[in-house]
Amino acid sequence: MSEAPGFDYLQPRAGGPIPRTRDGSRTPGWDEPADLEKDPAAVPDPALLDVPPALRAEIEEIMARYPERHSAALPALAAAQRHHGWCSPRAILEAACVMRVTPGYLTSVATFYDMFELEPAGEHTVYVCTNISCSLRGADRLHAQIEAAVGDARDITVRHFECLGACDIAPMVSVDQVYYGPLGKGDGERLVAQLRAGEEPLPELRLALRKTAASELPEAKR
Amino acid sequence: MTEPILFKDIDERNLHEIEVYERRGGYKAMRKALAMTQDALVAELEESGLRGRGGAGFPAGRKASFLPKGDMDKYLVCNADESEPGTFKDRELMQKCPHGLIEGIVIGAHAAGANHAFIYIRGEYEEQARILDAAIGEAYAAGYLGERILGSELSLSLVLHRGAGAYICGEETGLLDSLEGKRGNPRLKPPFPALQGLYQGPTLINNVETLMTMPHIVRMGGKRYAKLGVSGSSGTKVVSVSGHVQRPGNYEIELGIPSREIIYDLAGGPPRGRKIKLWFPGGSSSPVLTAADLDVPYDFDSLAKAGTMLGSGAIIVVDDQTPVLDVALKTAEFYRHESCGKCTPCREGTNWTVRMLERIDAGEATPMDLDIMASVQEHIIGNCLCVLGDAMAMPIGSMIAKFRDEFEAHIRMRQLEAVGAS
Repeated sequence: MSEAPGFDYLQPRAGGPIPRTRDGSRTPGWDEPADLEKDPAAVPDPALLDVPPALRAEIEEIMARYPERHSAALPALAAAQRHHGWCSPRAILEAACVMRVTPGYLTSVATFYDMFELEPAGEHTVYVCTNISCSLRGADRLHAQIEAAVGDARDITVRHFECLGACDIAPMVSVDQVYYGPLGKGDGERLVAQLRAGEEPLPELRLALRKTAASELPEAKR
Repeated sequence: MTEPILFKDIDERNLHEIEVYERRGGYKAMRKALAMTQDALVAELEESGLRGRGGAGFPAGRKASFLPKGDMDKYLVCNADESEPGTFKDRELMQKCPHGLIEGIVIGAHAAGANHAFIYIRGEYEEQARILDAAIGEAYAAGYLGERILGSELSLSLVLHRGAGAYICGEETGLLDSLEGKRGNPRLKPPFPALQGLYQGPTLINNVETLMTMPHIVRMGGKRYAKLGVSGSSGTKVVSVSGHVQRPGNYEIELGIPSREIIYDLAGGPPRGRKIKLWFPGGSSSPVLTAADLDVPYDFDSLAKAGTMLGSGAIIVVDDQTPVLDVALKTAEFYRHESCGKCTPCREGTNWTVRMLERIDAGEATPMDLDIMASVQEHIIGNCLCVLGDAMAMPIGSMIAKFRDEFEAHIRMRQLEAVGAS
């Protein structure tokens, strides 16, 4: 594993994996106690922080939708995550700068919600639902299969997720926020191979193409 | 069953487009509702007997009437956070018929006198959010949203707000905090959202299915709608059936039909050669029932009498090949993960329940653990700001009560294995 003690985490990601520090963590100072003497980070000064214009415009547009600008916190973090690949300290700083709130406030929000990636994420994100209905139909096995197929590579982030609201296609996955299911034997490996080949994964299993279950019923039972 | 109401034309091609929706009679009920006075509309909703479809089953008309009158900013929030395990009805409804929801929101806003509306959709539903966003654009262009809708007194803005993955944001006050851009921690009630909700203003919060039913009530008239279903549970309901059934999916039923009909006739029952061990009638938060309860009518009051609840209308079927411990552990792990951590009984109770269940599989538990676990559940119920902890305590408590023998056998088996291994 490469070491990069001088890595500046506040700079935008230039591409490629984020190197780990000597402790194996990607967050410097993770094992140091908080410095209670220090003042908390203030609202970032827009004159000193370069926010990409596209991100600034997007967050400003989001803020304008609400009677209260704080309501934009979730969509603004989502936008920053899209721009940076994950909710990096830099991404949070930029969102805070545009929203005129402290980075601490946005960090408190980002750490509450499951969809914000607080560690560098891969190019693709695969959520595997492992809640009751899916696990009754083999989701835990599927999750293990997909994790094994991805291996140590960092190009695909695999996460087990709580109920994704698609128990009708259990076991199911959400690949870059698109739902697919039900996954059968070998579909986990196929999914990973297709993602790596740059193809749409499991196109025939896409949820959006399905009709209601009631429409499949024999006429007499409707 | 009688004709489907919410699922009529649901599989029609391009129903998500405004043109197709209007050709199928869409937005007619909105015109009719806008021509009615607010009081007449609320009376119509009350007469229909419609009860909230999100989980609590509170009468929808009465809820709308709680908002104060007067000229202030009032809010309607559509709860589309659907995250109760086993529930996926709103996903299908929104994806296939987004305009049905928008029409329901306009009608709901008129009933509540609201001028700002929000749809809080869970972040994972990206495709549905995209479809809804496009539909909202179409509705604005057609003049069904915005200033003075169709020349009436009602002005309404509608914003789609995407969550970011937190079960607790389906709880109405947690949802409001999340919509205000905070961590989704539930609030102390009272004050109830009807008086002090979003941005401290009067707020009506309704589930997707509740709102989507409103146009049909206006179209049919409250009296005719109330004839559907049974007394105390009028109308139809979309039920999500999942788990060990042959045809998992959403089925629209008339409330009050025997549960057996839903599980066997519609969803096809458990796979061949297997039997039902237990089933959750209303999502993973509802106390479980067994095969002996299959003839309980599927409606609010009958299920309450059977010691459980209709909840969000999500049936999860578990067959006899699955150890009850696995189901309990999955359930408890979910609530542990989703507890916001604000109230101690829930935060600690969910955590210790998981750890005690894990002890069973590790061969370290004794039958006394079951009593302790049951008492933990009792200490959670009613002692928190919201019902997330209760939502774990009720099913876990019911599993311990109904499957105690199996738990004890499991404990003994693992103990013997542990002894044999050492």
